[in-house]
Amino acid sequence: MVQTGTRISNLFASRKAEGRKAFIAYLTGGDPSPELTASLALALERGGADLIELGLPFSDPIADGPVIQRASERALRAGMTLPRLLEAVREIRRTSQIPLLLFSYLNPLLRYGFERLARDAAEAGIDGVLLTDLCIEEASEPVHQLRAHGLDTVFLAAPTSTARRLKLVAEHSSGFVYLVSRTGVTGEQASLSSAAAPLTWRMREFTDLPLAVGFGVSTPQQVAEVAETADGVVVGSAIVKCIEKHSGEPTLTSEVESFTRHLTEPLRRSGAGAR
Amino acid sequence: MNSPMLPDALGHFGPYGGRYVPEVLMSPLEELEQAYEAARQDPDFQLELKSLLRHYAGRPTPLYFAKRLTESIRGAQIWLKREDLLHTGAHKINNCLGQILLARRMGKMRIIAETGAGQHGVATATVCALFGMECMVYMGEEDMRRQRLNVFRMRLLGAEVVGVSGGSRTLKDAISEAMRDWVTNIETTHYLLGSALGAHPYPMMVRDFHRVIGEETRAQALEQIGRLPDAVIACVGGGSNAIGIFYPFVGDTQVRLIGVEAGGRGSRLGEHAARFSGGSPGVLHGTFSYLLQDEHGQVGLTHSVSAGLDYASVGPEHAWLHDQKRTEYLAASDQEALDAAKTLARMEGILPALESSHAVAEAIRRAPSEPGSVYVVNVSGRGDKDIDIYRENMPELDR
Repeated sequence: MVQTGTRISNLFASRKAEGRKAFIAYLTGGDPSPELTASLALALERGGADLIELGLPFSDPIADGPVIQRASERALRAGMTLPRLLEAVREIRRTSQIPLLLFSYLNPLLRYGFERLARDAAEAGIDGVLLTDLCIEEASEPVHQLRAHGLDTVFLAAPTSTARRLKLVAEHSSGFVYLVSRTGVTGEQASLSSAAAPLTWRMREFTDLPLAVGFGVSTPQQVAEVAETADGVVVGSAIVKCIEKHSGEPTLTSEVESFTRHLTEPLRRSGAGAR
Repeated sequence: MNSPMLPDALGHFGPYGGRYVPEVLMSPLEELEQAYEAARQDPDFQLELKSLLRHYAGRPTPLYFAKRLTESIRGAQIWLKREDLLHTGAHKINNCLGQILLARRMGKMRIIAETGAGQHGVATATVCALFGMECMVYMGEEDMRRQRLNVFRMRLLGAEVVGVSGGSRTLKDAISEAMRDWVTNIETTHYLLGSALGAHPYPMMVRDFHRVIGEETRAQALEQIGRLPDAVIACVGGGSNAIGIFYPFVGDTQVRLIGVEAGGRGSRLGEHAARFSGGSPGVLHGTFSYLLQDEHGQVGLTHSVSAGLDYASVGPEHAWLHDQKRTEYLAASDQEALDAAKTLARMEGILPALESSHAVAEAIRRAPSEPGSVYVVNVSGRGDKDIDIYRENMPELDR
């Protein structure tokens, strides 16, 4: 089922009309400090990001590689919480309409309560939610609550997903579907997994939703490569690493902006990645 | 007398359990579940496992009457289920033999495991040596420090021990790292999880491989004592030895089932691992159960003198049995466990593992007020691995 009118679905619709692909940037909320989250998100937007995955850090990020693990630890040490993340969202919304996807693990949201979260997140300006460790089988209540407040629910599909599971993922997702390019945790890879394109083709059989590919995408060349088959490209660890590298420097936001511009370069070239 | 038929098809024990993992792991878990179901119904598999348990691991283990200890307390009779006498020194070998046969059936020749106290790591390294499989054990650096002897044992057995430096550098972080390895290498690798934790089918499967402890205990009690015990007492970290000895008694409602958690050195978050008194339901490592967490849903730090009990969550079936009031959970402190170990050593010539000492401590604590009662305490492991910690804490003996 395609919901119409959310910022996320509108984004993919307009990119498609322009013959372009969407660039999705991941940011660990609270890294290096909760006060900087809004300005880093706006820097990503100025650098060319079309959608931001705003990570709520969790103490035990089992799906993440070392880069995002370190970012999560920094953010938690700096005092990041869900209420503070929502504060950052309100700050972003004062000047920006960029689609925002809340990205986390289940437990912090369970603790906050899904009904309360759905209401508060929608009110603050979040557009959708993706929870790494919420599998479809356990998702019906959270999906119901989130959709009731107009939020998109994005689920992951993986190279190991059977046809039966791909179908379930398609049925429970709205906004877009996030395809995990390979088995493994988040993090940069020297070369892209060969599993990404076949997964994109398999998923197409079950849904008309936009398909975004992530995990291991870290260079403009890889962005271009992914854009050949997918509707959206996600970069996470490479951006988080850039933040780590320049953390504490006065030029942090401008470094992040120019790195994002560098990554999105291939998507701006006319017709690039369009099919 | 029938135990409830749990978990359900999706791995739920009431509201607990289930599967909360990244999508990448869902198909491998389904595959594992199917392989386990097939093995469970395969007489050849059961026969091979039974034979290994008997001739390699040393089952059945004795049910032993602790006569001097009982006489010194003058209260309840204390009987000991001697899992410490098994090969590798703890109950962990039961589950490892079951899972290694399963891994071979599935054609997965690379084995990974997590370990806290090192007992599960040693048992995993042992079965990998026995079957010629590659073995990699993840262990928190803090645990590597306090269980040095077991680190060396694993290496001697041919396993690679990988130190985990993230988070609290204990069992929790070792499990996270093992899960990351599994996500990355699922084609070739079986994750030999060591407790009744994690995503379905692990809590069910690990329980099934350990229920032999309770089945033997039940039959031995009837034969040696002439009746069922009044209470069965076991320590609970993840809860594998406890669920193994409890499960066959669940239907015997006159038998009290008592789990003993790590009370550590205090009652504030971070000072203990008492999930039932200090925790609330939450999701960690693929399962929904009682969890030590802060107000924002971040997993709390834990402390116990015993690495094997030092974990923020607990097996989901324990959570269910707790809510049904079929089992009771209380805590023994670091000091009570240390004292109990010394008492058992002096009274019976048995040096228990620090984990098992928590169960012994509870038996010693409650026995004086219940004369005429019969207790079975699961001595889940032996204390040789803990000699360094006993030494640190008993300077009067180490002049």
